[in-house]
Amino acid sequence: MSIPAPMQAPQSAKKPQNVQKDDAMNLQKEMIAKNYHELAAAHTEGKKISATFVPGNLNELLMCFDFVRRLPETDALQNGMRKKSGKMIMDAERDGHSEDVCTYVKSDLGMMLQGETGPTGEAMPHPDVLLLSYTGCFTFMKWFELVRQKYDCETLMLHVPYQGDGRINPNMRDYVVKQIKDKIIPALERISGVKFDIDRLRQYMRESQKAEEDLVRVLQSAKHRPSPIDGYFGGVYYIGPIFTAFRGTPEATRFYQMLNAEVQERVRLGKGPMTPEGEMAEEKYRLVVEGPPNWTSFRDFWKMFYDEGAVVVASTYAKVGGVYDFGFRHDAERPLESMAEYCLGCYTNLNFPQRIDMICKYIEEYQADGLLINSIKSCNSFSAGQLLILREVEKRTGKPAAFIESDLVDPRYFSAANIKNRLESYFQMIKQKRTAAQSAVLGSAVH
Amino acid sequence: MNAKEIVARCEHLFEDLDFGAVKAWKAAAPGRKAIGYMPIYVPREIVHAAGMLPVGIFGGGDQMEVIQGDAYYQSYICRIPRSTLELGLTGRLNVLDGMLFPSTCDVIRNLSGMWQILFKDKYVKYFDVPQNYDDAIGGNFYVHEMQTVREDLAKLAGKPITDDALRASIAVYNDNREAVRELYAYRAQKPWQAPTSEVYLVLRAGCVLPPEEHTALIRQYLVATDQEKRARRDNARVVLTGAFCEQPPLTLIKSIEMAGCYVVDDDLQLIQSWLLEEVPVTGDPLQELSKAFLHHSAQTSSKYDEHKADKGKYLLHQVKTRGAEGVVFAAPSFCDPALLERPMLQEVLAKHKIPYTAFKYAENTGQMAPIREQAGTFADSIKLWSAA
Repeated sequence: MSIPAPMQAPQSAKKPQNVQKDDAMNLQKEMIAKNYHELAAAHTEGKKISATFVPGNLNELLMCFDFVRRLPETDALQNGMRKKSGKMIMDAERDGHSEDVCTYVKSDLGMMLQGETGPTGEAMPHPDVLLLSYTGCFTFMKWFELVRQKYDCETLMLHVPYQGDGRINPNMRDYVVKQIKDKIIPALERISGVKFDIDRLRQYMRESQKAEEDLVRVLQSAKHRPSPIDGYFGGVYYIGPIFTAFRGTPEATRFYQMLNAEVQERVRLGKGPMTPEGEMAEEKYRLVVEGPPNWTSFRDFWKMFYDEGAVVVASTYAKVGGVYDFGFRHDAERPLESMAEYCLGCYTNLNFPQRIDMICKYIEEYQADGLLINSIKSCNSFSAGQLLILREVEKRTGKPAAFIESDLVDPRYFSAANIKNRLESYFQMIKQKRTAAQSAVLGSAVH
Repeated sequence: MNAKEIVARCEHLFEDLDFGAVKAWKAAAPGRKAIGYMPIYVPREIVHAAGMLPVGIFGGGDQMEVIQGDAYYQSYICRIPRSTLELGLTGRLNVLDGMLFPSTCDVIRNLSGMWQILFKDKYVKYFDVPQNYDDAIGGNFYVHEMQTVREDLAKLAGKPITDDALRASIAVYNDNREAVRELYAYRAQKPWQAPTSEVYLVLRAGCVLPPEEHTALIRQYLVATDQEKRARRDNARVVLTGAFCEQPPLTLIKSIEMAGCYVVDDDLQLIQSWLLEEVPVTGDPLQELSKAFLHHSAQTSSKYDEHKADKGKYLLHQVKTRGAEGVVFAAPSFCDPALLERPMLQEVLAKHKIPYTAFKYAENTGQMAPIREQAGTFADSIKLWSAA
């Protein structure tokens, strides 16, 4: 399973000079760095650390118990962007882990094998509690069982049922609520020594809602032409705070206000998205992307798009930690039910027909030229069956779709030449289809 | 029938990818329906109580060429979903009126949605099982899940599924599980009399036969094989684990045995021994099935272990009670649950000084020489250690 973004400047072999970022991106970088710093100092300051997964994370609840929050997928992707994950994965494989399994897990285990140092080089103390928010990914369960095996820390299971029938039924919601109420909250009280205060939770949720509103405005700004944002490569920066340790904080609210103001200004000025090499000059292709990005060659991967004038107007990955653009908001009036619905509604917890509907809707609403699937070897939750998604979306929208393969944090599975070739062919195909469509329109006008 | 004839019949059922036995069962009375299920576990009692035949779908094995199924999956996905799709897309599963996809892993989970899209006229259900084991929490959820299946199947059958029908089906499966336990106990006691290549086929017959007939078949085999005179070898006694979903080819099981291992326990057809104790036939039937699942079911990698100390308990129990000398980890390639679980189980075994070996397979693995060599070396090393 995967996660959101880092604001860390990746180290590329062909690192461009003077990487361009907007103010919100810089602020996000500071926030992520600050969280790592807090994690490093937590135990010496007498604070407890929680670890939990991004999709369906209960950040607001964890804050009620003063935990400093660690998200292992973020650690893995940060290590990936810093080119550290390759060795970690190989160390884990040498330690007995199969080459077939998720590289986020192996990167995390490899990091532990190297000692308790986090991606930023600061100390990464072991967690005091593993909150196993088991949403949309079976691997999560094994991941925390493996971490528990190593650290022997208490693990709390929050089982979130899958939307197999394409909806959340009351039984599913009640099950999650009961677990939160009867198992998770009492255990967090015991581990943290902090008494649960529902009004504190409500307050965090009010903050969450504000940030969620602004995030949706940002993501939906891509409906404009030209799109002022890239909803995938840029999108991973935008979702960083809200999908991780910051949702519910005033900091996150401020971040999203600032981000939205920046983006709306870009809309007003008719500007395209910011890329690491400055503003994208001309928008030639508008794409919807399904699947997480590759982190080890993130910058090179992005460049393959913006060099060709391709902008991603919507991505499913930007919904991995919560699908907000179809109306969900954290609701302080019904906090536990709302948390349950949040967990149940994450993208990878949706069934296949729901995922296909969502992609088709994006293609239509964002006036996209087609769908690109970046299929990730590590992530069966996303990847198993994506070729059917491709066929169905092509069938329903009549728009061309393309398929590339890479991995999250295993540099051995990123073949730049292959991916570039495929992308170039895909852009060519879109161009041809467009020309053919224009000729048909002209032809019918003449006759 | 003698043992050879029973095994030959089971092998025929195993190889028949057109599901002739299911077709015959349906044809025997008008209106009969069959519901497929994938590994690891679904409560077959509900299907049976609806008057339907539960049919285990464990992929296409090594006899089927997968063409269409491959078009839906990347190279890094295991083989069972592609061969199962092949079975569906080539019409071999037309005999089924529905499919249950249990919560085994992300691949099987996603296959449930693919099935909804590709086979729109069939009943398709993703069947979630709880990872919380409190009766009032996970139990409640699970009872509701079962109740949904009960209502869905009742609609399909055109008549309600009564509590009495459920209790009767629980009794039928209690008997079937008892027969499976007898078979496993017999094999552990006399593995030379009941080789796993035969035991496996006898169990696989349970995927397509009605449970009553399957129970009788197991007992028939036990009597018949006990009358055979077979040579006892100085083989190493091993537990085979990790093969609960995609099944190894039969030749792989034979290769392990030929290499000098007696498989005295395994998880190949885990559904048939999943519930470890008799389910009470009094009281609320769904509640009883729930309690059996929550408190008396097998441990496997798709199921959460609440406490660190629980990890490997079931495997250690298998080793101890079956008198095994080692463990063979046999997992399908790209099987996340089995392969992620493996290092944890290996750590537990190492602590208990139980030797193990590990390899991967696919259901169509053809090259047995490396596996034979590895299993042979493992068996030899066990014999050397035990002699020392």
